[in-house]
Amino acid sequence: MPTFEYAPAPESRDLANLRPSYQMFVDGKFVDGTGRPLKTVNPATEEVLAEVATASPDDVDLAVRAARRAYDRVWGRMPGAERGKYLFRIARLIQERSRELAVLESLDNGKPIKEARDTDVPTAAAHFFHHAGWADKLDYAGYGPEPRPLGVAAQVIPWNFPLLMLAWKIAPALACGNTVVLKPAETTPLTALVFADICRQAELPPGVVNILPGAGDIGAALVAHPDVDKVAFTGSTEVGKEITRTLAGTGRRLTLELGGKAANIVFDDAPLDQAVEGIVNGIFFNQGHVCCAGSRLLVQESVAEELLAKLHTRIATLRVGDPLDKNTDVGAINSREQLDKIVELSDAGDAEGAQRWTSPCPLPDRGLFFAPTVFSEVQQSMRIAKEEIFGPVLSVLTFRTPDEAVAKANNTPYGLSAGVWTEKGSRILWAAQRLRAGVVWANTFNRFDPTAPFGGYRESGFGREGGRAGLEAYLDV
Amino acid sequence: MSNRLVSGTAAPRLSVNKTYKLYIGGAFPRSESGRVYEVADSKGAFLANAAHASRKDVRDAVVAARKGFAGWSGATAYNRGQVLYRVAEMLEGRREQFVAEVMAQEGLPIKRATALVEQTIDRWVWYAGWTDKIATVLGASNPVAGPYFSFTVPEPSGVIGILAPQESSLLGLVSVLAPVIATGNTAVLVSSRARPLSAMTLAEVLATSDLPAGVVNILTGSPVELAPWLASHADVNGLDLTGAPEILQPELERAAASTVKRVLHAPGTEPDWTQRPELRRLRTFIEHKTVWHPVGV
Repeated sequence: MPTFEYAPAPESRDLANLRPSYQMFVDGKFVDGTGRPLKTVNPATEEVLAEVATASPDDVDLAVRAARRAYDRVWGRMPGAERGKYLFRIARLIQERSRELAVLESLDNGKPIKEARDTDVPTAAAHFFHHAGWADKLDYAGYGPEPRPLGVAAQVIPWNFPLLMLAWKIAPALACGNTVVLKPAETTPLTALVFADICRQAELPPGVVNILPGAGDIGAALVAHPDVDKVAFTGSTEVGKEITRTLAGTGRRLTLELGGKAANIVFDDAPLDQAVEGIVNGIFFNQGHVCCAGSRLLVQESVAEELLAKLHTRIATLRVGDPLDKNTDVGAINSREQLDKIVELSDAGDAEGAQRWTSPCPLPDRGLFFAPTVFSEVQQSMRIAKEEIFGPVLSVLTFRTPDEAVAKANNTPYGLSAGVWTEKGSRILWAAQRLRAGVVWANTFNRFDPTAPFGGYRESGFGREGGRAGLEAYLDV
Repeated sequence: MSNRLVSGTAAPRLSVNKTYKLYIGGAFPRSESGRVYEVADSKGAFLANAAHASRKDVRDAVVAARKGFAGWSGATAYNRGQVLYRVAEMLEGRREQFVAEVMAQEGLPIKRATALVEQTIDRWVWYAGWTDKIATVLGASNPVAGPYFSFTVPEPSGVIGILAPQESSLLGLVSVLAPVIATGNTAVLVSSRARPLSAMTLAEVLATSDLPAGVVNILTGSPVELAPWLASHADVNGLDLTGAPEILQPELERAAASTVKRVLHAPGTEPDWTQRPELRRLRTFIEHKTVWHPVGV
């Protein structure tokens, strides 16, 4: 196969309008938090990007009070049509500032600019557009006439899709009439603070949206605050369980989007080249930092060898490197801690007898990178088949019969997503029915849309985000 | 049960009393523990000895419920509706026995007890009619911005542990059980401690209708003793705390967290079961599955 050399095509860092320091956003104002400021780092270079003010437990209390006041006095009683217009404004402002947001997201998170630009930012805008239209139509959501908001929502989001997860959380909450206090992840707070500026530009009433950067302790203080009516969390299953325990007995509402270990099932009649693209997208999109990543590839034995060869050839072409380069396919691992975890689990794969294949791609000299890796001869009992790696590491298992495929796919406490590849329509529907997962992608993978509910079965959490089902999480119904 | 419950005849006759057992996997075993406890009427007179289920009985019931799940959740909605309607027919046939038990346990006059039993039957019919409508009402076709066909269907969560209401021995019981199985879940139910008799008579109805074994499993005994095992059981997917002892509820929720169970929280006081139900009981123990497929030629 001929190889084409690419000239560097870096996006300009200046577009991010990066400032040396950022403040938190409480009651409509940017303020210095009383927590210890944190330094956010560009994972591609390990250089400090900016200093960010963080919240202390006292600030959490101030923010919750601001959200309560805004809820009682303004937002909770505002007609839905007016609320909706604010959301439309926010959606438009995200579009207007999309280039800035995409570059900033890429810098802070390490994700390839093409993913931030083509997926994260447009989908975030789409979430505000979609939910804006719900604000004055909640009577039609199917939960009875005049459904009421819950009140103040505490929202804690992860570092893998900082702006998109913010949109998934804030858009439905505001559309339903709630006010929010959101804590972005410790390593990726910047786009949330630019979003706060967008709230200012949208002239959103003070206190409706509050953004509190900080570490896990601030998240814990926020979800435990007694004046919070609803908690929404996206992150690890372990932390999700801890939050559930914190809220036990309080009667406060909770939705959780937790981890996953998705099976991507390839039957012998699958369109193999198309499947290869889907498998690559399923596990290497966003460096594999995706809770619904297709991290367990289940291939029918008769095509396993052929598929694996095609997969290696294709993966070897993935360009790993500078996230700001428009030709980069796989960017940087978000943090040193996460890189260590990926290394540890991959080493466990070696130790337990799986066969490791690593892409021969060159890696940058500095920064946090991990070459795309495929483990074959994986057994269900291995850690790499059971635990969420959250990195560009694929585990390949085989099966002989459709029943065996489904049984292996469901053999996990998780149930977030699954993939099915076959040209036979009836088999797709058969498999989709039997897979215990909240999202099933057939002959495609990693598709998201604000109209399509997303969320898990079993230990992948409860509640949905998106669509009519997603509104339930923010309504008293 | 005492002869007061048998309609009076001229000649005195000693009634044949019923031994109440458990209902697990379609069978009526005694408790593995061999224990029973005394059930009294509202005035304190002896009604029956009820089986005092143990932790082992909980585990057996969960195993039976898991075994029943594939068949019940995989049955067509039409079929599930037929089976549930058949249960309503059988309830109607046992009307008098239920009225007698409700009178005795709840200390109600015959008119009120009759009304409750009639409402119970009607409630069961209401839920029987939901089996093939829930997907239409809660499901969706998603107009995604791309060349994909995307739809969302509700599916049952799995095995649900139910702590039945403590006061309402029949209408409350049916109001919590029927929505769970109407959506295709299977259930392990712990009855009211003081008023367990209608639960076991309901079990006899379920056993002789066409409901497959294991879909509903009913335990009598102490919720305080049994609830923690249900809440912490890794193969239970959901927990209805309606009849859970209030003091235990936070502890049960914490236990349920270890496997991310779906939990229906207990209301502050027992609801008025005569009110028309909302969809919440149907919604709590379902999942939404979204399926995507490319559109093209």
